Amino acid sequence: MKKIEAIIRRAKFEEVKEALHAIDIQWFSYWDITGAGKEKEDMVVRGQLFESNYIQRRMISIVVRDQNLDKTIKAIMESAWTGELGDGKIFVSTIDETYRIRNGQSGPDALY
Amino acid sequence: MKKKLIVSVILLLIAVLPAAAQTSVAKVVPHIDFGNTAWIIVATALVMFMTIPGLALFYGGLVRRKNVLNILMQCFIIMAIISIEWVVFGYSMTFGTTTGFLAPYIGGFHWAFLNNIGINDISPYFVSQQNARIPHLLFVMFQCMFAVITPALIIGAFAERINFKGFVVFSLLWAIFVYNPVAHWIWSSSGWLFKMGTLDFAGGIVVHINAGIAALVTAVMLGKRKDYRGHAIPPHNIPFVVMGAAFLWFGWYGFNAGSALAADGLSVNAFLVTHIAAATAAVTWVIIDMLYDKKPTLVGICTGAVAGLAAVTPAAGYIGLSGAIVIGAIVSIVCFFMVAHVKERFGYDDSLDAFGVHGMGGIIGSVLTGVLATPLIQSAYSGLLYGNVHQFNVQLIAVGTIILYSGVMTIIIFKLVEKTVGIRATKQEESVGLDETLHNEIAYTTID
Repeated sequence: MKKIEAIIRRAKFEEVKEALHAIDIQWFSYWDITGAGKEKEDMVVRGQLFESNYIQRRMISIVVRDQNLDKTIKAIMESAWTGELGDGKIFVSTIDETYRIRNGQSGPDALY
Repeated sequence: MKKKLIVSVILLLIAVLPAAAQTSVAKVVPHIDFGNTAWIIVATALVMFMTIPGLALFYGGLVRRKNVLNILMQCFIIMAIISIEWVVFGYSMTFGTTTGFLAPYIGGFHWAFLNNIGINDISPYFVSQQNARIPHLLFVMFQCMFAVITPALIIGAFAERINFKGFVVFSLLWAIFVYNPVAHWIWSSSGWLFKMGTLDFAGGIVVHINAGIAALVTAVMLGKRKDYRGHAIPPHNIPFVVMGAAFLWFGWYGFNAGSALAADGLSVNAFLVTHIAAATAAVTWVIIDMLYDKKPTLVGICTGAVAGLAAVTPAAGYIGLSGAIVIGAIVSIVCFFMVAHVKERFGYDDSLDAFGVHGMGGIIGSVLTGVLATPLIQSAYSGLLYGNVHQFNVQLIAVGTIILYSGVMTIIIFKLVEKTVGIRATKQEESVGLDETLHNEIAYTTID
């Protein structure tokens, strides 16, 4: 089992969600995240223009069976892409074990 | 049948007679007028509303999330403490008429604890209604709200880095030694600037310039916030700013129209010019915003409206519609450049632009009062535009004097508080946030 953590643009979230649904990846967690990176955002407060280093993104976290890893990554890469600086990153890590709380089931079948 | 008719006509005449007698004898002695009193009671409540929640939310929304409660607390406690100071001796010190060589500079203690003021006594002050007056105690209450909001305006300058004890002591001393004397000079009938002919209808000088200069001084003396990088820090809650600005606009009707101390034509004129100056200033700021940064901002339109309100305050009883539009447009342009450029250029951290908006707004409005005052509103007063150079000069003298007095006194009071109670929050307090460190409270919980 692998965990995929993807930092994507907020505006791309709906597209990514639909792309994942289309390949039958229906369940994941997501939250808003603020980051510091190469990109700078233009801000203005009371007429003063300045560049801000605080970039708003969204993080998606999915745990998938090994055989679904490649298609999931492909789906995210294609739907979250714009070509501009700041499209985001995908991190993959290995998950040692999974349990379903309701009936104590473990292993890849405890995933959805 | 005929008898009944005659009797009924006679009875009718007897019923009507007293009324007829009353209308033919008008009251020509000063008395309490219920209509004026009703309006000024409401106006007093409106001005109270300007401090909390108006100013509280306006400033509160502009600071960072970790400091919002601190701002709200500062406004709330000022309402409480200065109100008490006012009735205990502040009113007497400001509006008490004494004799002797000190009379032009300060009042006395004749009315301390509101002694010697009966509940049915009439107010010694009036504007255009010499005979139809409000109760004296109502005048005390109305002025109380002005005495409260003035130190509250300064909060914008030292927001996010002042400690609580220092703030309370500073504000109290400032109210006693700066606000009270200045209000005496300009509004008391024995005040020297009043006698010179200074025009300040509702407090452009007494409130806005006074607080604005103190704001500049404290901002410079306290030093910048730790994270200040030369530009404004984004507000944490712009809906609060909007609510605050709207409440301020709403309450300002009491501030300006109430300063007529009556519900008459002059009061309504003040209402009109207040509203139009705010509207003009708001629109002007939006236009500049769009020319400058391509997008109209909400913080911008709110700031513009408040600047317009501050500027029209001294002029409300002396100008008409055209004056209101002129003042609104000019103050918006000047204040925009104050907050967008001048502040950055000079490098002082006036966190919420208390000087840039209120101070400058008050200065522009008070000087323009000396230009635009028209005898069409009150026949006794005219400005430069009508050939009255003297009035213009008097305005300049008054503005200059208060800038000097407020500046110097604020420096002294600041130094005193700094050396005794301490005034700046520690680095730790500033980083974590004043809400948690000074008040042990968190404004918005994310869990439960």
